[in-house]
Amino acid sequence: MGELRLMKGNEVIAEAAIRCGCDGYFGYPITPQSEVMETLMEREPWNETGMVVLQAESEIGAIHMIYGAAGSGKKVITSSSSPGISLMAEGISYIAGSELPCLIVNVQRGGPGLGTIQPSQADYFQATKGGGHGDYRLIVLAPSSVQEMNDFVELGLRLAFKYRNPAMILTDGMIGQMMEKVVLADYIPRLTDEEINEKYGSWVTNGRKPYRERNVITSLEMDSDIMENNNLRFQQKYAQMEEEDLLFEEIQCEDAEYLLVAFGSSARVCLKAVDLAREKGIKVGLLRPITLFPFPKKPLAALAKKVKGMLVVEMNAGQMIEDVQLAVGCAGCKVPVMHFGRMGGIIHSPVEVLAALEQKLIGE
Amino acid sequence: MTEEIIIAGFGGQGVLSMGKILAYSGVMADQEVSWFPSYGPEMRGGTANVTVILSENRISSPVLNEYDTAIILNQQSMDKFEPMVKPGGVLIYDPNGIIHPPKRTDINIYKIEGTLIAAELGNVKTFNMVVLGAYLKAKPVVKMESVEKGLQKSLPSRHHHLIPMNLEAVQKGYEGLELVQAV
Repeated sequence: MGELRLMKGNEVIAEAAIRCGCDGYFGYPITPQSEVMETLMEREPWNETGMVVLQAESEIGAIHMIYGAAGSGKKVITSSSSPGISLMAEGISYIAGSELPCLIVNVQRGGPGLGTIQPSQADYFQATKGGGHGDYRLIVLAPSSVQEMNDFVELGLRLAFKYRNPAMILTDGMIGQMMEKVVLADYIPRLTDEEINEKYGSWVTNGRKPYRERNVITSLEMDSDIMENNNLRFQQKYAQMEEEDLLFEEIQCEDAEYLLVAFGSSARVCLKAVDLAREKGIKVGLLRPITLFPFPKKPLAALAKKVKGMLVVEMNAGQMIEDVQLAVGCAGCKVPVMHFGRMGGIIHSPVEVLAALEQKLIGE
Repeated sequence: MTEEIIIAGFGGQGVLSMGKILAYSGVMADQEVSWFPSYGPEMRGGTANVTVILSENRISSPVLNEYDTAIILNQQSMDKFEPMVKPGGVLIYDPNGIIHPPKRTDINIYKIEGTLIAAELGNVKTFNMVVLGAYLKAKPVVKMESVEKGLQKSLPSRHHHLIPMNLEAVQKGYEGLELVQAV
């Protein structure tokens, strides 16, 4: 097991989808994630595992193909970049409202609008607070290495099926375009139709069986009492996610006097900034949320009692910082929480992060 | 040991694939590696650069603003990256097309006539392998057998007959490195 390769993050998404037994990929090309579909088309998984790969007419077409395939209990994935995800937002809301599992990969680029093709983290709000209409949440995973791009495809789909809820890998052009060593997972066979009926027979719409009533998938409910109950059930699921599937990483936090909080690519840059700071004798740690929803409120609250200040480092104008401030404030802590961000496709350098920490918190 | 390298030149010079072969050579030598390209919308032309990091430890940031080594293949890249070499670091450049040679006095500077050597070899496409050879003379971060394995791993098998020619180019570059300034 464990084939070692040097691959781009985008290529790994494609390879991991094939290996984890995906039934289908539907997408539409956009920089900086076009390698996902390119790799799938080159690999021709339809000859190998039977996985379908289809270029839709648009992102709107792709997400509704996902909606349909997910409704039949198939394991399906799509990918796009920021403007394309906005086009998918309506479909994602319907999938969440219909309680269907799927995996959506957003390889973010600078925005708003068509923006740039360089890396950004400006879709944090969109990913974690909804994106489409209605009270729904996605399970949001933020990989910070090519290895995690591999691992989170299987994990994202597993959680999506556990909760019957769409999951998103929120990454960006940096992790998507960079190459690193990756240990690929072993192949998991695709489920057969019999296995799908056995596991998901209570909800899939793959033809009514003589032994059961027909299943109906819809997000529409004319009775608002029933709709409120649906919403309450959704909220219970979201609370359960926080109890059971919260993921985060604490790096050098034990003796930290200052804390950096960063996810994905920014966390990689901050890792270097932690080393640079410690070389100068400044005790800095890093908290890296791995699930952005659910968000690691409790670990942050615990650290807030120990440190002199927090710097939230993001490639945006200040989005995750709102969740950090809530977590810290709700715990009754008065520790300063500052923000350092670059926008529009610019990646901050480790030296810049250290300078911001010194300037905004330590006061030099 | 960690080696942080920027390779910068024009699109089409083989900057990204040189970085890829170097990264693969590191993988073959059981090192941690990262390869991060700076990409624009164009397929050819324009400037292209790639940051390659080889290390014995987990690599933190794949994006840097100071480097142990800068391999510079055009004037725009010289202007941008000469100031970003760490003091005591290494700058290697091909003088072809360089109007303003490097002026830093606190770094080691080498020259490689990559364009000329590749032309003498009869295949200008081997230019990037000549430069790679020169780099490995200045900084022996990976052994030659790892480069050969890296080429085998990174090139599709239909191109494997080109490996001997590429290795010859690496060797010529290795022999052709000229020291300009040592600190």
